[in-house]
Amino acid sequence: MERVPLQQKVLSENDRIAAELRARFQKHGILCLNLISSPGSGKTSLLERTLETLPRQDRVAVLTGDIQTENDANRLKRFHFPVKQITTGGTCHLDARMIERHLADWDLDDLDLLLIENVGNLVCPSSYDLGEAAKIVVLSVTEGEDKPLKYPSIFFKSDLLVLNKIDLLPYVPFDIEAAAENARKVHPGMEIVKVSCLTGNGLHEWMMWLEQRRMAHKSLAQQTVS
Amino acid sequence: MGIANSVLEAVRTEMGLHPGTYPCKVGVRIGEMAAIDQDALRFCFEAIIHDTDLESLELGIEVCPRRHRCLVCGREFIVRDYDSRCPQCASLETTCIGGDELELAYLEVEEYGASTAAAKSPQ
Repeated sequence: MERVPLQQKVLSENDRIAAELRARFQKHGILCLNLISSPGSGKTSLLERTLETLPRQDRVAVLTGDIQTENDANRLKRFHFPVKQITTGGTCHLDARMIERHLADWDLDDLDLLLIENVGNLVCPSSYDLGEAAKIVVLSVTEGEDKPLKYPSIFFKSDLLVLNKIDLLPYVPFDIEAAAENARKVHPGMEIVKVSCLTGNGLHEWMMWLEQRRMAHKSLAQQTVS
Repeated sequence: MGIANSVLEAVRTEMGLHPGTYPCKVGVRIGEMAAIDQDALRFCFEAIIHDTDLESLELGIEVCPRRHRCLVCGREFIVRDYDSRCPQCASLETTCIGGDELELAYLEVEEYGASTAAAKSPQ
């Protein structure tokens, strides 16, 4: 019996493609964000409100992932930004190759911001790097405030927590401070915004976060060029 | 399932480098923050090797705890119950240095016919 050491990541092929994507995004000055949540937490609603608010001339595109149907792409297309649906046909997460394939007929020079809506799942998407600059996790108040403790990986790896559906707080036994505390237990210093995609409450804070990220990314890209 | 497939693909690639042998066991290192359920991975792994030439391949899983390093005193420690405070100087300024591993660790291979030979003449 011989034991051969293997020094590689299990998802090394995905990581290789993700690194290529990251380099391409950097070269074209694109900020790529990967939105992850359970099904029904409001990723598509957040994107709808975001696209609705962004100026029409902004160079923004969306890739939206689901196991089946083009429903989300259809919801998002009405804002006149380029949107493409990725149907995984059963796979519970997006991987870097799917992103690469679906970017093929877009000219990356035309984009500044790429928003990726992952398949609704708090587990597997956290393992697959898509070449994004940051992951964003969405949690709604109709879920449990202990979600960050039950699914620590995604809260640990995300830069921002969007707590959605705060308009429902009077009707559900959800302790929003405990949720924030749990998220920061897993990820000390984690940034959190509280929003309602229905009433628009808190969306200004989300848009500010997004704008700051875009500005920071732009200045970083300019430094790299000069 | 995707993870199990990737492990198996890596085994097949590695086996190309070891002609005349067959794989007995593949070891993976999984961090407790890697969002991988051991039982689910084992179940998927067994499902995809079933009825294949790798049916007897064993999966070894080593779980790696979340580890932090203190940015103030440099102490490295295992984080338990999400308490990332430094046990030496109580600083909260600590950074994660382990716990999200999803890596292949090793592959055990055996020469064809070696197990019977070994049984006859133990070394």
